[in-house]
Amino acid sequence: MLDVQKIRKDFPILNRTVNGKPLIYFDNAATSQTPQQVIDVIVDYYSNYNANIHRGVHSLSQEATDAYEQARIKIQKHFNAKHSYEIIYTAGTTHSINLVANGFSSLLKKGDEIIVSALEHHSNIVPWQMLCERTGATLRVIPMNENGELILSDYDALLNEHTKLVFVNHISNALGTINPIESIIEKAHAVGAAVLVDGAQSCPHLKPDVQALDVDFYVCSAHKICGPTGVGMLYGKEEWLIKLPPYQGGGEMIAEVSFAKTTYAGLPHKFEAGTPNICGGIAFGAALDYMNGIGFENIAAYENELLAYGTEQLQKIEGLKIYGTAKEKTSVISFNVGTIHPYDIGTILDKMGIAVRTGHHCAQPIMDFYKIPGTIRASFMFYNTKEEIDAFIVALKKAIMMLS
Amino acid sequence: MTIEEVQNEIIEEFAMFEDWEERYQYMIDLGKDLPLIEEKYKTDDNIIKGCQSKVWVHANMQDDKINFTADSDAIITKGIIAILIRAFSNQHPKDILEANTDFIDKIGLKEHLSPTRANGLVSMIKQLKLYAIAYQTQLN
Repeated sequence: MLDVQKIRKDFPILNRTVNGKPLIYFDNAATSQTPQQVIDVIVDYYSNYNANIHRGVHSLSQEATDAYEQARIKIQKHFNAKHSYEIIYTAGTTHSINLVANGFSSLLKKGDEIIVSALEHHSNIVPWQMLCERTGATLRVIPMNENGELILSDYDALLNEHTKLVFVNHISNALGTINPIESIIEKAHAVGAAVLVDGAQSCPHLKPDVQALDVDFYVCSAHKICGPTGVGMLYGKEEWLIKLPPYQGGGEMIAEVSFAKTTYAGLPHKFEAGTPNICGGIAFGAALDYMNGIGFENIAAYENELLAYGTEQLQKIEGLKIYGTAKEKTSVISFNVGTIHPYDIGTILDKMGIAVRTGHHCAQPIMDFYKIPGTIRASFMFYNTKEEIDAFIVALKKAIMMLS
Repeated sequence: MTIEEVQNEIIEEFAMFEDWEERYQYMIDLGKDLPLIEEKYKTDDNIIKGCQSKVWVHANMQDDKINFTADSDAIITKGIIAILIRAFSNQHPKDILEANTDFIDKIGLKEHLSPTRANGLVSMIKQLKLYAIAYQTQLN
């Protein structure tokens, strides 16, 4: 079991007030808050061993390099990658996706097909559209049903010998749907296609095993998992990372340079040009330590309780409609109330210290599907409580009253 | 009344309220009285960019004075634009161009003035002033 009152003490930001009211932070799907344990690691880095890595012979550089590479091993272990060099540090999920999309430019040709799902974030649509423009490949879309679930029979029909890549998020940011990636991966592999899974929304809630999934690429951001912004990772199977050309040129990613020819460094450095976010990488590892300390099984069980409770309370409100009612979903509730604009509700909730997301959540195709301008999205993490949900419901009712 | 006089009138009205709830409630009520844009002008060209909600604004000039009409699909946004239009409507383009917008701060809506706010108040002010520039050019 998880002791939420003890956990809340780890998060200094949860003590602050907003507009004179205690902060209730329900925008976790956008970014999670940072525990003191991770903040301490960041402070320790800049206070004690800030140095550039891999190149220096001096002690500070060595310490920083060790910490950075140990964090890579933590990430490897967390995701159960076979090798630590299959973990590439990036600036975050979007950067990871672009790295792969860019690499595939040289591997695709006209007539090839790539598949994305209807549930994607813009960051998992636009890079592939750009890739299609560059290569002449065609983009296909797995449609969704009214509950916000992917229609797998349509996916089967899209797969063929021309399919080279499949991209799908593990969990939808707008609706919280958990996609059946095991089956999506297996079917893609049956036609020889590679699969990239966007784990931005799943990694805060579950612990993916990339070897068990047999996924080719898995990407995520640290800031959704109690880590800092500006750092994330790309997991790629060794064979794929060898096939992909380097993304950016610069220091760190080379073996030898002359004006006649440069040879590239091996994995993972081939994809890590320039001075990386060293402190971010180390803090990423610390964030995973923190989450694993609580335990993902405990986290999932507790968040499912919050989801069930929040859903039940919200459904009691007249005229409230929840979007995304998949059987398998995580602690994200997207909704609207009657014809009230989500922006209006979000603004009034903010006056009462409650942070939610309003708008299209960078997933306009989903909003188009439901024919709505956007939704209000409340997303819970393990440090949220039922009492906060109660306060949120009271505030929401007040907002509805003011706006009706 | 001059723009400044109207602005002072609005400031006085908002000064009567003790807390944010009353202020917002009043703003919502003002939104309900917004001089509505004619349907034919509710085109994509007249949408103000930079707002999370949709805002349409139209302007016409009569006797050298500009009148604004508008609409929005969000009620708070309607209130904000109603306040702006009340201050700027039935005014000479030159006066609109020279007017400052400090009164927004003074009526307790400062948080809406940040350029990063999704409601686009800053974009709305810019759009009203752009209309004023266009009509001023016609007058010159």
